[in-house]
Amino acid sequence: MAAQSHPATAVSLRGIGKTFANGVTALSGFSLDVRDGEFVSLLGPSGCGKSTALRIIAGLTAPGAGQADVLAGHRTAGEIGFVFQEPTLMPWATAADNVRLPFRLRGDAGAEAQRKVARALEQVGLARFALAYPRELSGGMKMRASIARALVTEPRLLLMDEPFAALDEITRFKLNNDLLALWQMLRRTVVFVTHSVFESVYLSQRVVVMTPRPGRAFRELVIDAPYPRDERFRTSADYAGYCRRVSEALAEAMAAGGAGEAA
Amino acid sequence: MSWVFRVLLPAAVLAAIVLGWHAVVAINGIPPFVLPGPGLVAATLVSDWGVLGPSLLTTLLTTFEGFALAAVGGIALAVLFNQSRLVEYSLYPYAVILQVTPVVAIAPLLLIYLPQHAAVLACAWIVAFFPVLANTTLGLNSADRNLVALFELYDASGWQILWTLKIPSALPQILTGLRIAGGLALIGAVVAEIAAGSAGAGSGLAYRIAESGYRLNIPRMFAALLLLSVAGIVIFAMLSLLSHLLLRRWHESALAREA
Repeated sequence: MAAQSHPATAVSLRGIGKTFANGVTALSGFSLDVRDGEFVSLLGPSGCGKSTALRIIAGLTAPGAGQADVLAGHRTAGEIGFVFQEPTLMPWATAADNVRLPFRLRGDAGAEAQRKVARALEQVGLARFALAYPRELSGGMKMRASIARALVTEPRLLLMDEPFAALDEITRFKLNNDLLALWQMLRRTVVFVTHSVFESVYLSQRVVVMTPRPGRAFRELVIDAPYPRDERFRTSADYAGYCRRVSEALAEAMAAGGAGEAA
Repeated sequence: MSWVFRVLLPAAVLAAIVLGWHAVVAINGIPPFVLPGPGLVAATLVSDWGVLGPSLLTTLLTTFEGFALAAVGGIALAVLFNQSRLVEYSLYPYAVILQVTPVVAIAPLLLIYLPQHAAVLACAWIVAFFPVLANTTLGLNSADRNLVALFELYDASGWQILWTLKIPSALPQILTGLRIAGGLALIGAVVAEIAAGSAGAGSGLAYRIAESGYRLNIPRMFAALLLLSVAGIVIFAMLSLLSHLLLRRWHESALAREA
């Protein structure tokens, strides 16, 4: 992949290391390149530092070692959208007010902001629930609101930290499909963290398999299936083949990571 | 249905107690200076209203002032603690000391150093402010970590994080603190009035109770006590209503339970 020449790089991590105050080393020598408009999944077992990597990309956590270059260093507020594993909505505010939050924090109450909020809600299928409070929404709808909030500023980079892990399978499949449709329409760069082989293969152009803690990129697999992907892809032999290869890579990563930890 | 029970059952208990009280007094022929019957207490409440009414007002005013100071002081101090660890470490132990030292023991001292009204107010404040401080501190520290991270991602200022995130998410705890403080402010005011006793020119309800005790005017003692109870209940009910109104749209505690 080093030989590829990219039109523009959204994220470039070089030799990132991160050790927390409690002595846990989450990442060590982690490198990652994400092109503009690409959909990349970080796949690894729980506690492999995937979330830490995402927080470093977002600028929420400073790397202990290495270099993180995100959006060529010209990041301003609203250029990165972040979706957490939990919907992370403010329970005292309506869905629309939650989605409006990024504008509110920059003091923008203009008509244009209102229009963007309405459009973001519409894009995730929540237009009718703009005035509902989070507790009145189902788990999937809360996550939709969370995604709308991340998209409302039209970010160049969307970071998603196992956003659908807590949802039931039916809802997850539906949200997977809707997310892909949105991605094809908006063409934002997406870095998607997951511990599901099937989800990573279904969604992404490229899967980066990580080792257990301390996490580093073990192997990258290109999922060379055309979009739009739908239920036909989900049940195809191609899909099964990709899943098998990614699973094998994950198993090797687990073995390699264990050896690394012992060393 | 459950509504009816929630109103009817306590009312039935009250009626039973009042009836029993009346029966005990009437059957045994207990004299009023030992135990007045409920009827006499009610009659005293009406006949002595000229004395008791202004006293009630005095006590309520002190309570309200103490409560307001405790609410403002407790919330402000909690916000300060939340913003600065240094301030929290420096001052928190003293807030605890103020709380654990019985106010009955502090009241006589305060009465020496302060004018009486200020001393009574100080007592009401001392007992009422700690629950506001403790609950607000808990609430401010419990703000969702991911939401804080999200605010930082959008370059929110510390002020925005406080106003838009921490205070709203602490609201349930703040209101709990206020509900406790309302009752405690009344207790603090009463304790200080009792401590001031005949020494002060006080005219609060507690002072009336002490005064009636010296004069063996037992029916008036009961009437004053009744007023204090009712005042406490009304304060609690009003603060509960405020809490319900502020939280009903979003907080779990305010939701109707599904059958």
